[in-house]
Amino acid sequence: MKRAIITVTGVDHTGIVAGISSVLADFNVNILDITQTIMGDIFVMALLVDISGLEDVTPLVSKLSEEGDSLKVKVSFEREEIFRMMHRI
Amino acid sequence: MIFTTEEILETVRMIQLDHLDIRTITLGIDLLDCRRDSVKETVRLLSEKLKLTTDGFLDTVNKVGVEYGIPIVNKRVAITPVSLLLFSTDMEEYIYLAEKLDGVAKDIGLDFIGGYTCFLEYEVSQSDRALLKSIPAVLNETERLCSSIVPATTKAGINLDAIREVVPIILETARLKNNPSVCAKLIVICNPPPDNPFMAGAFHGIKRGNRVLNVGISGPGAIRSALEKLPENSDILSVVEEIKRISFKITRAGEFIGKEIANRMGIELVSVDTSLAPTPEEGDSIARIIERIGVERFGAPGTTGLLFLLNDALKKGGLMASSLVGGLSGSFIPVSEDKGIAEAVSSGAINLEKLESLTNVCSVGLDMIPIPGDVSPYTLMGIILDEMAIGVMSNKTTAVRIIPVPGKRAGEWLELGGLLGRAPIMDVNRFSCKALFERGGRIPPPISSYRN
Repeated sequence: MKRAIITVTGVDHTGIVAGISSVLADFNVNILDITQTIMGDIFVMALLVDISGLEDVTPLVSKLSEEGDSLKVKVSFEREEIFRMMHRI
Repeated sequence: MIFTTEEILETVRMIQLDHLDIRTITLGIDLLDCRRDSVKETVRLLSEKLKLTTDGFLDTVNKVGVEYGIPIVNKRVAITPVSLLLFSTDMEEYIYLAEKLDGVAKDIGLDFIGGYTCFLEYEVSQSDRALLKSIPAVLNETERLCSSIVPATTKAGINLDAIREVVPIILETARLKNNPSVCAKLIVICNPPPDNPFMAGAFHGIKRGNRVLNVGISGPGAIRSALEKLPENSDILSVVEEIKRISFKITRAGEFIGKEIANRMGIELVSVDTSLAPTPEEGDSIARIIERIGVERFGAPGTTGLLFLLNDALKKGGLMASSLVGGLSGSFIPVSEDKGIAEAVSSGAINLEKLESLTNVCSVGLDMIPIPGDVSPYTLMGIILDEMAIGVMSNKTTAVRIIPVPGKRAGEWLELGGLLGRAPIMDVNRFSCKALFERGGRIPPPISSYRN
């Protein structure tokens, strides 16, 4: 299974979760796990998603970035292995 | 969630705020099998081979960059040194070859191609001389080709005659079109590694494989940022541990990305260079790391000690993370490319002599340093000799990438633009070393090179 972690950071307001997850639904990407927290006054959400069905992730990444811009949050997309390499031996 | 929010944010922050990136993916390509009697035939074959062997390279790199979410800044090729591909006494033949190489690099979409290289540590042959003479025209007429010249190694010693021939070439390169910035593509280097992915010194070493991948990962900003989170009064061992920890993480990520690209291309990843290469971005600076640990300005007493600490901890963390650590894998201190170092020069905190002493404890050498264009050739020879001596004696790579700026004086600024940054022109010691170079010859290798 190819998995990625999508991280959303910014000022909390309504509609962030809905906005991001609707983009994922459009691309048929399943959310495997989700965590969210407030650090200081910054909203942080991380989604673990299954991207096995995607041949090329570029359209998804640019759509997520567009959605982030309209929601005024920062969205980043990284394959899960990057985190595994950095944080697990 | 399989990772904590802190872990996820640490990685995302490194990439988004601290400029962690894969600084370069450098494809090493062996062109020895393209050698023929005629220059035309050689050039035709190597152009064909370059096109074939780089097919899909950029596309793969770009896809992996987006998918894994780490920016990949430069896509480069390092080739077999040109001095081994063409033996000619006609400078025009080298220019013809260089223009073709540059054209192919442009067609492929590479940022740089390295390997306009000659080895002069034992002798300057007639063909080396023709290649050398072509350098000013080549670097002024081409965009992507990088040149390296080797006048010294620990095994051979230091060829004073070679240095004497090289200096007028550097001065002419800066002068030819009154565009000194092209000197950024020219490096004089001692003990060059055969798997260096960084320019201008990259070339593909002999028998390093037909087509292999080298990756350079870099994150001075990530290290600076981690040190900023350490309490002010942390002891020095905590500083060392923190640098090792970050170096380990970024090297693991870099090796992983390199392997992924290599796998997709069906080739082997042979080297991961963990060098800390600064950029002019605020915070992506070696000087800021050193200042953070405990000196007022980069260059203050204590700087050499801290740069040693940084370089050593960087290597230890990197070596723990990957068995492929190679290339230079140390801290770079390029004056124009590091905003903090350029400011240190401007404020009088550091001079050329202190920069030279720093090169004892880091890679690569006197790097990206503008000097007045009216410098005496002998002075420049002496500067190169001193830097080569450090490399020869310490059995390490050292280099000189100096930019003589015609018509400008010390203290004025040179704007290079983009990743090359800007720097104040640095004064040089004007006392003469002419008598030394008039002696000529080769300084023999040090006793430490006699290992058998």
